[in-house]
This record gives sequence, structure tokens and C-alpha cells, in this order.
Amino acid sequence: MRKRFTLASLVAGISFMALSSAQAVEIEYWQYVFETRVNAMDQLISNFEAANPDITVKQVTFPYADYQTKVIASQAGGNGPDVLQFFYGWLDKFQQGGVLQPLDEAVFPTAEIESEFFPIVSAVKRDGAYYGLPTAVRSLALFYNKKLLDEAGVAPPTTLDELVDVAMQTTKTDGGGNITSEGLTLDFAGQDHHWWREVLVRQMGGEPYDANGNVSYATDAGLQALNFYTDLQTAHNVGLVGFMDEGQAAFKAGLAAMTVDGTFRLGAFNAITDFEWGVVELPANADGVRSNYASYFANGIGSGATDEKKAAAEKFLAYISSTEAMQVWLDVVGELPARRDAALTEANLADPIYAPFLKGLEYAHTTTFVDEAGQRQTAVDMVNRVLLENQDPQASLDEAAAAEQAMIDAAKK
Amino acid sequence: MAHLPDIEANGATRKGRTGFVLTQSGRKVLWAWSFLAVPILFYSWIRFYPTLSAFWISFTDWDLLRPANFVGLENYQKLFADPVFWKVFRNTFAYLIIGTPISLLLSFVIAYYLDKVTFLHSFLRALYFLPFLTTAAAMAWVWRWFYQPIPIGIINGILSNLHLPAQQFLRSPAQALPSIMVTGIWAGLGFQIIIFMAGLRAIPSTYYEAARIDGLGEWAILRKITLPLLKPTTVFLVVFSSIGFLRIFDQVYNMTSNDPGGPLNSTKPLVMMIYQTAFSSFDMGYAAAQTVVLFLILLVVSLGQLFVLRNR
Repeated sequence: MRKRFTLASLVAGISFMALSSAQAVEIEYWQYVFETRVNAMDQLISNFEAANPDITVKQVTFPYADYQTKVIASQAGGNGPDVLQFFYGWLDKFQQGGVLQPLDEAVFPTAEIESEFFPIVSAVKRDGAYYGLPTAVRSLALFYNKKLLDEAGVAPPTTLDELVDVAMQTTKTDGGGNITSEGLTLDFAGQDHHWWREVLVRQMGGEPYDANGNVSYATDAGLQALNFYTDLQTAHNVGLVGFMDEGQAAFKAGLAAMTVDGTFRLGAFNAITDFEWGVVELPANADGVRSNYASYFANGIGSGATDEKKAAAEKFLAYISSTEAMQVWLDVVGELPARRDAALTEANLADPIYAPFLKGLEYAHTTTFVDEAGQRQTAVDMVNRVLLENQDPQASLDEAAAAEQAMIDAAKK
Repeated sequence: MAHLPDIEANGATRKGRTGFVLTQSGRKVLWAWSFLAVPILFYSWIRFYPTLSAFWISFTDWDLLRPANFVGLENYQKLFADPVFWKVFRNTFAYLIIGTPISLLLSFVIAYYLDKVTFLHSFLRALYFLPFLTTAAAMAWVWRWFYQPIPIGIINGILSNLHLPAQQFLRSPAQALPSIMVTGIWAGLGFQIIIFMAGLRAIPSTYYEAARIDGLGEWAILRKITLPLLKPTTVFLVVFSSIGFLRIFDQVYNMTSNDPGGPLNSTKPLVMMIYQTAFSSFDMGYAAAQTVVLFLILLVVSLGQLFVLRNR
């Protein structure tokens, strides 16, 4: 009798194991290497696996420079990830190439997404379907070096005129007229091209792109915005493109009083021990008009995920876009939650660092890129032609607009 | 071998029903080929096959994601109509036409005098060779910082101390290419010096002794003996260095990574344009067309140099 019972339990045990191994699913999650992001994801994966013992998530990472290539090559090879992180600006390429599948409306209702997330989430919507959900969003703000501002006896600027004024008072030069410490970093290849495109152009009364996504900054507003930017170097001499190689390096070294940068820089700047720094909203124009540029990495489901892998991927995506996951991401990475309720908490709004970025999100715009690197290059070249070749700003602006429009046209083809 | 019966020349003799028995030379050939088969297969697979398929891809609009469509010569038309391509083309030849002669002249002069120095000879030689052992990326970054504006750029720091105006170097469309070329030349110098010195040592000293007895001056000895006898070495280095400058990438990429090939494409070589087209824009067809053009340039330049420097 006892023997029989043992046998029965053994059989039951084996069949149970067989059953659970049939149900156990392993899905692959891809993102690029960035220490805090990888750590945060490890934490989220272990939480998720504890709640869903039948699902295993394998995190695979690649260096940022190879990441897109890797995703695209894996798609071509037919062994892509089940869930992957992507910059919203890569969506067109990934969607057209069939890397991503649209999110199932039944699992991720559109109305719910649009009411709970910040409006910029719509940048990953194509033909009425969402292709991903962000965990965190990024916006821009003006970082300032408290020590340098105090030395000059000035307060952080709130308007563009004050920005120029504060920058002039905090710039230091040597006997030869060379800048030894910048008032404001000028790094167009960094975040300044976003500042110009989505903030300055709008503040001068223009729109960078029209409703159909075509370039519309080759106007007086665009010209004023370009002149405002290049004047910082040529007329006011408060910064120099290429100073300390990169704007963030100059600020980190304490050799720049102010820099326009994003939430993703908080981690790097938190390591600064030589001086205190603060953050304010990007300066408004004389009429009080403000704007900001927000961007994000979203997580989407790879087109190769089907059946139980797809179900597991959906569960995982739902978890990493939850309020709980966003709090982990904020604590570990320092990026702002993509859901309103997770972002706009009293604690966050009272935080002197997070608050300016969160306020920025309220009026932020996102640029719909068709070729992020290519479009950035056209903007960088536009400024370089004025600064390095003394090209007429209007001509340079027209040239940039034509070049960028050609890229947009090519992508629509 | 021609006088042997055909069947033996092929390396096998028929021996009744037992089949083929290899002759000794046949066995040698078979052994040679069986050893060669591995690298041949390997190279055919990883080198020759991709090379040939690049020609095919250049006639398509393949973007890695969607199936390739045949587009005929569209990529080539686009390339020749692209002002950036012509700028890049000029840059590539600037690296070649300025870089190769300067680096050869410098390395020859250094090798020539180093050859005559006996004091600390090995040490000096090692010193010149050292940059060649350094990773190109590390070297490029060090130079990149040398070229920075004040307060961190050492060169501008010196200029400022001498009350000379600061230079833009990598930030200037006119100075950036020469600035990068200097590091390229410096990086390859050690290797070229060693090869030149080996060439100089290979010239029998009796020639020099005979020339001196005949009363030739140093200049005449250099012109009539050293340079002509050094020709095989020079040909090798010209071709080698030209190919190196035509494919320059590491230095440019690492010294201009904020704005690769910039400012305003003034330092961009063809190789970098190919890289960006392929792995930033994922326009494989267009990138393949650029690759074919680079291949043809390399071919023409190498053949041209071999023709000019051939033995008459």
C-alpha cells in the first residue's frame, strides 16, 4: 500500500514536472549597456520572476553604438528578442522593417495608455496602434554651477535675456581673450540641437515641423533662433563649441557656469564633489513662452514572439511599464516616470532637481525623427557653417532645411 | 614535366582494378592542397564570397530589413550626384597624396641618419617604433586632447604662452584634416623606418667603398646607389602606406567622434562614409556602391604605382 502510494506520488511528481516544464517560458529582453539601466532591469526581472515563476527573462545587452545594428541584424537573421528597448526615434525604421509587432489593443487599451501616460507617448503610435510603452521619460533643463553663479553674484536665469546676461557675467577669459571658463556650454551635437529645434524655434514664434511632418523652420523664427544660438559664441563670447570637447565635460569639470542637458545626465553629475549644482527650467522668452524637448526609450514586443512567448512578453511589458517599475527606475537610474500618477507625486514635485524636469514635461514636444543621426548632423552642420565658414545664417538655415526635408522625403518613399 | 606522359603529369597512374595510385609528386600536390583547402575554404567563405556579393548588393536597395530590390545603377547615380561624396573623395585623396610622400620622406630621412648613428642606436630605433605598437584609438584620443582649445589643449597652451593666437585645429574645416594626418603619419612612421633600415642594411657595403674610392660625393652616392637599390623597399612602402591612407578610419573616427568626419565633412574619408551609410543609415545598397568605388580606387592606385615604379 505504502509502496503504491510512493509510486503514485512519483508519477504525479513527474507529470507535474513535465507539465510545468511545458509551461515554463523563457523570453529574451534586449537593451543597451548603461550600468544603472542594466541594474534597474535586473531588479525588475527578479521581481517579475518572483511573481511569475513560470516565466524566465534573460537580459541581453549590447554597447549603445552597436545596439541598432544588432537589433536589425538579428531581425534579418530571424532570431530577434521577445521584448526590446528602442529609442522612439527609431520606430519608423523598426516598424517598417517588421522588428516590432503592434501592442494588442485587448491587453494594452489605447484609451488607458493615453489617459495614464504623458502625451508624448503618442510618438510610438502608428496608424492607431501603439508599438511600445516607455518606462521613463527624459526632458531638458538648465543645470547651473552654484559656486560660479555665487562668485559672480547672479541668480539662475528664468528668461532668455537673463540667460545671456548671467552667461556673460560668469564667463572667464585669459589675457589673450581665450575662454577659460564658459558661461554657457555650446554643444550642438549634444542636447543643444534639441534645444534649438523644439524650444528656441518655438519661442521665436515658429514651428520646427508642420502637421505633415515636413520641415518648417526655414522662416524668420528659425533664423532668429539660429542667430540667438550662434551669437552666444560670436557676439557675446560666453561659450565656444568644442570647449573641453563636450559641454557636459566642461560642466562636470567646473569650467562652465551653465549647461542645457537632460535627466539622463543626473547620474553623471551626481558624482560631482567639487561644487554644488542646481537645476532650473529652460528659460522662457520675453513673453513667458516656454517649451521643452522630451524623449524616451520605449519597450516593445519583437515580431518573433508568438503564442506563449507573446503572452509572457505582454505580461513582462505590462510589468516594466507599471507604476511600481517606474519607481524602481527613478530610484536606480534617475529617469522620470512615464505615467503621470507615478511622476507627479508630491515628493517628486517638491524635489528641487526633479521638479524643473517634471514641469518641462508638461509643455514638452517630441521630434518625430526619421533618421535621428542624420537629422542631428544636418543641424550640427547648419551651426558649423555659420560659426566656422561665416556662411550667411539664412543661407545655412535654408540649406539645412532642404537637407533635412530630403531625408524626410526619402523615408516616406 | 611536359615530357612525361599525360597521365603521370596529372599525378596518377591507372593500376588495374585497384583504382588510382598516386605518384610521389602527385601525393605531394595532394598533401599541399589538402592543407591549403582549409584556408582557401575559409577565405572563400569570409572574404571572397562577401566581396563578390558586395558587387551584387550595390545594384539593390537592401536595407537589412526588407527584401532587396534590383535598382540597377541608381546607387551609383546617387553617389556621383552627392556633393558629400565628392568632398569625401577629395579628402581621401588628400590623405593619400599628402600623407604618403610626407611619411615616406620623413621615414627615409630618419632611417638614413639613424643608420649612421651607433650611439644609442637600438634605443632610438625602439623609440621611433613605439607609436606603431600603440592602439590607434588610444593614440587618437591623446592627440585629440592635445588639439583642444584652452584650458586643456597643450598645443594651444604653448601658443598662448608664446602670445600667439589660439588655433582651432580639429574645429576648423581647413586645419582638421592636416591635424589628423599628422597623427596618421606619426603612427605609421616607426614601421616605415624599420623597413627602410632593413633595406639600407641589405645594400652591400662594397658598393659604397667602391664609390668612395672612385671619388663620388655623398649626394651622388645617395642618388646613384642608395636610392636605386632601395627601390623594392620603396615600392613596398609606397603601396603599403597608400593603402593605409586610403583606408584611414580609426584616427578620424576617434578624433571627431562628436561629429564623425567633421566639422562639415572636412575630415571624412570614404571608408567612414561607407561605415555611416551602412551602420548608421542601414542603406546597404548605397554603402556597397561606395565600397565598389573604393575597391576600384584602391585597384587603380595600386596598379598605377606598380606601373610607375616597375623595373625597367
